[in-house]
Amino acid sequence: MTRSAHRPRRSRRIAGAGAVAVLALSACSAPGPDSSPGSATDGPTGTVTVFAAASLRESFTTLGERFEEEHPGTEVTFSFGGSDALAAGIDNGAPADVFAAASPRTMELVTDRGHAAGSPSTFVRNRLQIATVPGNPHGIDSLEDLTAPGLKVVLCDRTVPCGAAAQTALGAARIALTPASYEQDVKGALTKVELKEADAAVVYRTDVKAAGDKVEGVEFRESAEAVNDYPIALLDNAPNPSAAKAFVALVKSPEGRKVLGEAGFLRP
Amino acid sequence: MTTSRETPRKTRPRTPGRGVPLALLAPALLGLAFLLVPLLALLVRAPWRSLPEQLTSPEVWQALRLSLFCATTATALSLVVGVPLAWLLARTDFPGRGLLRALVTLPLVLPPVVGGVALLLALGRNGVVGQWLDAWFGITLPFTTTGVILAETFVAMPFLVISVEGTLRATDPRYEEAATTLGASRFTAFRRVTLPLIAPGIAAGSVLAWARALGEFGATITFAGNFPGRTQTMPLAVYLALQNDPAAAIALSLVLLAVSIAVLAGLRDRWMRTV
Repeated sequence: MTRSAHRPRRSRRIAGAGAVAVLALSACSAPGPDSSPGSATDGPTGTVTVFAAASLRESFTTLGERFEEEHPGTEVTFSFGGSDALAAGIDNGAPADVFAAASPRTMELVTDRGHAAGSPSTFVRNRLQIATVPGNPHGIDSLEDLTAPGLKVVLCDRTVPCGAAAQTALGAARIALTPASYEQDVKGALTKVELKEADAAVVYRTDVKAAGDKVEGVEFRESAEAVNDYPIALLDNAPNPSAAKAFVALVKSPEGRKVLGEAGFLRP
Repeated sequence: MTTSRETPRKTRPRTPGRGVPLALLAPALLGLAFLLVPLLALLVRAPWRSLPEQLTSPEVWQALRLSLFCATTATALSLVVGVPLAWLLARTDFPGRGLLRALVTLPLVLPPVVGGVALLLALGRNGVVGQWLDAWFGITLPFTTTGVILAETFVAMPFLVISVEGTLRATDPRYEEAATTLGASRFTAFRRVTLPLIAPGIAAGSVLAWARALGEFGATITFAGNFPGRTQTMPLAVYLALQNDPAAAIALSLVLLAVSIAVLAGLRDRWMRTV
């Protein structure tokens, strides 16, 4: 917002035009008539737009439904994706109320440019797991087993939190792993295993849980070295700040903790 | 900014009595600006100072080399099977030809990501055809450069087929008939008479297919994944760079823009005008 920050922001703005187009379309829901802060007299109304890390898809969708039940007249729309892509979208002016990222680094992309209202707070933590095809036919038992010749392993791209965490874990284990592909978000990596195109992927344990019996999860020791904090923040240009506040409150409430805990997230 | 740049054009039509009605001129200029301003923005915001450094990085060359190789191979593949397919559609008569023609052009309108999913289900390691490729020959296509080429061929070939088929329909079949009555086999007639006649159409179709293959993103990332040097083509590199290094994304985009302009300029005089 400051003048001095104007130039670099403009260049990002142009650069990210494509991302905005995509994100703006996905977040393109008309704000309700009561979306101005003053008119919200008793409880939140209108549409809340939440940008959330791909790994939050299942639990946040559940929380969104709860929110709509508890506050009739509200509607929660989500845009799930790689945290870095979402951050770029917010930076480029995508109309979002809340941002929940899968790493402090991607949240910083937003807060450093003054797009967050107040400071973000960590609401959950997440650990990595190896996802293998059902039955674990290759007998994968550790991170090192992923380097077996002929094994097709996919990782998240290192610009995405799950990819950065995977690199940290691999670094801690001193393992050099050449994957078949660097996927653009965690769900992309998981899907390749679900379709049996890859033998294994390094993803979050929450994703393994959400995939049910389509993949099998394998814990590995080095995952303790790469635990991701998930920060959540209200956004500066939120079209509907009052409802956004109420949604963040729900996420942090005991009820929200329960839903997130059931999905496999760890307490902060 | 753009309007001031274009105002001189309004006074340009010199031929008397052939003035351009404002109702056509205004939307036309708007359309022109809409197409050109984003390209200008790319030039205006380009990190010119760090550009030499960005462009000489091995990653950029790796992605560019891979892109050019894959697009060219995909075009060659399209030519080998696409020209005969176009001939079949234009010159023979069989029941269901209209339907077949529609199916061939389907990838033109299909979102490329859907094409990528379809390719995974067909040629993936666990796919309808792919599982046999894996079991019998040990060939798996996803995550390989071959996978990139196939994804690009899938989306680009229809452009070639449509272009060649259109040219064939516009060509008088009596030349071929004359050749066959003079004793040439139908294949010889195709090779010696038809091919030279439709060469401009083939050239135009190849350019279209090549350009489409070069820009292909959705089917590639879905089917072949993203690995530098193996499956990370320029469009994938641009997309991923945009998220953490916008300056690199602009630099990569400029390279693609330059390649596209070079192709258009190089081919315009030779082929495009005759079509």
